[in-house]
Amino acid sequence: MKYKDYYGVMGVDRKASAEEIKNTYRKLARKYHPDVSKEPGAEEKFKEVGEAYETLKDPDKRAAYDRLGSHQPGQDFRPPPGWEKQFGGGQFSFDDLDLGDLFSQFSRGRRRAGPGGGKIRVPGEDYEVTAHISLEDAYRGTEVDLELEVPEHDEQGFPHRVRRAFKARIPKGATDGQRLRLPGKGGKGLNGGRDGDLYLNIALHPHRLFRASGHDLYLDLPLAPWEAVLGTSVQVPTLAGTVSLKVPPGTHAGQRLRLASRGLPKPHAGEGDLFAIVQIAVPTAASGRERALFKELAEASTFNPRGHFEREAAK
Amino acid sequence: MKIEQATWLHEHYEFSLAELCELSGLSETELRELVDYGVLAPIEPDARDWSFRADRLVVARSARRLRKDLDLDPHGVALVVTLLERVRDLETELRDLRAKLPRRQQQS
Repeated sequence: MKYKDYYGVMGVDRKASAEEIKNTYRKLARKYHPDVSKEPGAEEKFKEVGEAYETLKDPDKRAAYDRLGSHQPGQDFRPPPGWEKQFGGGQFSFDDLDLGDLFSQFSRGRRRAGPGGGKIRVPGEDYEVTAHISLEDAYRGTEVDLELEVPEHDEQGFPHRVRRAFKARIPKGATDGQRLRLPGKGGKGLNGGRDGDLYLNIALHPHRLFRASGHDLYLDLPLAPWEAVLGTSVQVPTLAGTVSLKVPPGTHAGQRLRLASRGLPKPHAGEGDLFAIVQIAVPTAASGRERALFKELAEASTFNPRGHFEREAAK
Repeated sequence: MKIEQATWLHEHYEFSLAELCELSGLSETELRELVDYGVLAPIEPDARDWSFRADRLVVARSARRLRKDLDLDPHGVALVVTLLERVRDLETELRDLRAKLPRRQQQS
């Protein structure tokens, strides 16, 4: 069995009082709780802290933990002889047990000793995983490979970490932040308790061209100044291939041209739209002829794009 | 390898009160408390049997974790969940605005 330094994880002294441990836990929980925290790695850190606190907050568990002595974190060690009796089991091998799983079973020993026995239904643990998928995958629907490490109980009821791999089908209709539920794919229930669920949190990879907002997509559409003035028809990429888009004469920068139903499909029915946002692009190096034509245009045009500045100044 | 089918948690699916309790790990009393505090709203509050939009499960599970992990009383849970919902709404709005912003402008 590998040693875990619960005091080290929480950053408290081995002699810390119950009050100190509780206060430290609260501080760390506020900092790392996955529902609250945005710190990278917060979820992992909170799991470690939560596991440490589960054992250290309970005087009996803490005493049992202290009897293991002090070792290097991750170091293989053997508990002192007879130490396992408090877990209510007979002889068992410590080799592939996880210290945290073992302590979560601690109360079993106490329950056995008392009336009623240890046959309480315990539901399996829920798990949450983020699935990163591409916009193309969200559009078509996809399969993702998932791997989980979940505790499974042996005949004696002791938990062992088991790697479980499976494929999950993500139906089309996904977008950033949406959740999926895989019933029964979490931890196994105990004594007839229901199996836990697996929750998938969808996160979209950034796309080179499209930006997603819900099921709508946004695309920058650069136009040459003369295209914007005269109007044109342009070829625009969509997730289902190229389509033709009519740009009306007098189109200005920032204008949104809507391509109905060319966005992401929605889970129940229908699909979002694709919006092409117009940008006016200018050639960085204009040729002599181009410059001459623009000069001619500048002289001929009465267009004043800043008329409102002048009107404002005259007030 | 068998392919597992996943179901969406979105507003077009519904859970009954009992289902929401089972899946979130909250007791019926706790769930009713969240409704009283305005954190969770049933689809039809006047109906005899409450049902909830499936995406409310995310909120209910978050409430259970917060209660258990941060040792909060129901009022504290309600406050935190309400604020978290607001953060989530603002994040969604921010993502929407970013999507609408031309990329060249974003880079500068």
